[in-house]
Amino acid sequence: MAESENIVIETAEKIFADLADAQEINHDKTGAWTAPLWQALTDAGLPLAWVSEELGGAGASLADGFAVLGAAGRFALAVPLAETMLAGWLLAQANIASPGGEMTVAPAGPKDRITQNPDGMLSGRARGVPFAKAAKHVAVLAHGVGGISIALVDAAELRIESGLNLGGDHSDTVIFDNVAPKISKPAPAGFDQTTLMLMGGVVRSLQIAGALESMLDISVKYSNERVAFEKKISKFQAVQHNLAKLAGESAAALAAATSAADAIASASAFDDAVFLEAVSAKIRCAEAAEKGGAIAHQVHGAIGFTIEHILHRYSLRALAWRDDFGSESFWAVELGNRIVARGADELWPLVASR
Amino acid sequence: MTAALRFDPIRLPGECEQLRKEVRAFLAEEIAGGTFNPFKPNREDIDVPAFCRRVGERGWIGMTWPKKYGGHERSFLERYVVTEEMRVANAPTRRFFVADRQSGPILLKYAPEHVKMDILPRICRGELCFSIGMSEPNSGSDLFAAKTRATKTDGGYLINGTKIWTSSAHIADYMIAIFRTSQPTKENRRHGLTQFLVKMKQPGIKVNPIEQITGQFEFNEVVFTDHFIPDDHVLGEIDGAWKQATSELAYERSGPERFLETYYVLTELVRAVGDKPDTRSAEGIGRLVAQLHTMRRMSVSVAGMLQAGKEPVVEASIVKDIGTVWEQQLPHRVRELAAFVEEDAGNRETLEAQLAFAIKTAPKLTIQGGTTEVLRGIIARGLGLR
Repeated sequence: MAESENIVIETAEKIFADLADAQEINHDKTGAWTAPLWQALTDAGLPLAWVSEELGGAGASLADGFAVLGAAGRFALAVPLAETMLAGWLLAQANIASPGGEMTVAPAGPKDRITQNPDGMLSGRARGVPFAKAAKHVAVLAHGVGGISIALVDAAELRIESGLNLGGDHSDTVIFDNVAPKISKPAPAGFDQTTLMLMGGVVRSLQIAGALESMLDISVKYSNERVAFEKKISKFQAVQHNLAKLAGESAAALAAATSAADAIASASAFDDAVFLEAVSAKIRCAEAAEKGGAIAHQVHGAIGFTIEHILHRYSLRALAWRDDFGSESFWAVELGNRIVARGADELWPLVASR
Repeated sequence: MTAALRFDPIRLPGECEQLRKEVRAFLAEEIAGGTFNPFKPNREDIDVPAFCRRVGERGWIGMTWPKKYGGHERSFLERYVVTEEMRVANAPTRRFFVADRQSGPILLKYAPEHVKMDILPRICRGELCFSIGMSEPNSGSDLFAAKTRATKTDGGYLINGTKIWTSSAHIADYMIAIFRTSQPTKENRRHGLTQFLVKMKQPGIKVNPIEQITGQFEFNEVVFTDHFIPDDHVLGEIDGAWKQATSELAYERSGPERFLETYYVLTELVRAVGDKPDTRSAEGIGRLVAQLHTMRRMSVSVAGMLQAGKEPVVEASIVKDIGTVWEQQLPHRVRELAAFVEEDAGNRETLEAQLAFAIKTAPKLTIQGGTTEVLRGIIARGLGLR
């Protein structure tokens, strides 16, 4: 993935740099920055990057889309790009065309369940749905008598209880009270809620890894500027070693996330190996968000604890993203159970298969 | 963005899987034949020259080296597979591993042709054991404080001084060591050390084993008294060893041996837990496996960079830092997770014996081959902090 050679990623990075600069957004209390940013992303075809041209999208590869989301993480992007991409991808699984505008997906956690009644109506509750308040449509994975279906729902039909995640982005409860979808179709064989959670988890892992890259970057820069005890704090060994640990956490997150993204992009099915890759990424990136973010704050001292400084845009979002599509604790239990079910002597062959 | 943090998702190519099968079959045969017990990493000072020769016969030592020197011109990724399978099986690789990992590559780069032709094929056949003479009684992490002198004499050098913590020196046929040939200069305190090939078991070399807290005798004190080394055993530039140290580190620091040293306790924990884990042990195992998988992906990525001819010194240091801290903590985490395992787990005794050994082994893992502090210093330099 040589990023500089890829037009999709280059375009995305240029838009982020021009219209999603953390410093400018942080000073803009009006939210006026979102409209031009979303318009530019839409003009570039990025929200529907994972939707084929026949279904109304840009038809980019999974790999390119993942790389765009890693870049979005580096900018701590606070518009529903990842959510709309994911929604378009979900709908495309059932050959449902994507409408324009912001979308999100429900459910956004492994424990919530939306049911499709025999008459086709949807009921249930999905918590922690990212950007539901901003979405025009919601792509839904529902359990029905005939199996799993994928549906497109007009957000106006839904009851949405507003909430905010740690990063201050919308994370809402969406209630399906016997709602008629605009369209619903059966999910392809083998596609279930776990598949959606794994895909969403890898997306969040890439975003966390990207945020950590930026946290490392701004922490290194700050340590080379800030003077204390008559020298730059980057010259103190204790600070150097903390930053080296942050580099390690950032590298581990990036390695886990890009490996999982690569695994999904090149796999034909969500098998045990993809499961290992995807949940490992979510677990390891969540751990890195905690450990790495703490170091970034430690290096910045009090200034990094102010709302005026941009650090929180990365640190708090990275922490918030841990909760979406299954927390690291949830997935660790699932992974542990699978490992144990395979047996002790099958652990190494599984690890070595990647 | 920081260039040091690229860990591209390199995959092991298809030919590696056939090789992996061959290595597993070979190791199963060796275990069945009683060469070693995979459940007993704490065996007595096991030294099995015959095993090493059989590994050599398979072509698994010096795999990446030119055929001209007995090597096999295979990839770093193929070597990676052999290394990790041997490590996970607790195979007794000590006798050949140092030569395979770093002494051989140094000789390839710096030794005169006739020395290469003499020694490298014997390494590949599994006949030679190497040790590394770096630390001295007053020079550990501070490599460039080494004082053991190499004084020019007719046709070579006379060595006087002491190396210490030298792993395998008591069984080694050769050592690659740094000795002082000049004093450091004001401008460069690293100046004045030269790398030498030392033939062991010769007059003027006395090896004194040192007992470790595990009860093993792996490392030694090596005392040189007017030991003669011929001119053609100088490796590289006189007084310039400091220029040669860096590329070696990428090989030494990023391999699977840097996070798999205590892996066996994780396998036994999974066995002890059985098929009905409580939530606590399931979560604990899940997290450990996620961490292990991530490190392995990083380590394979570095092997891919080596294969591509890069010198990923910072990336390798990150792998070793994270890897060794992990393998050091692993036995403690496993001990905690095993606390509520049924008393009648079939492998309880095996697990307890392994834990006792792994917990005693743990402290050395973040010291040997570059301490955590040294590694973080290298990473910090890579970040532009020093």
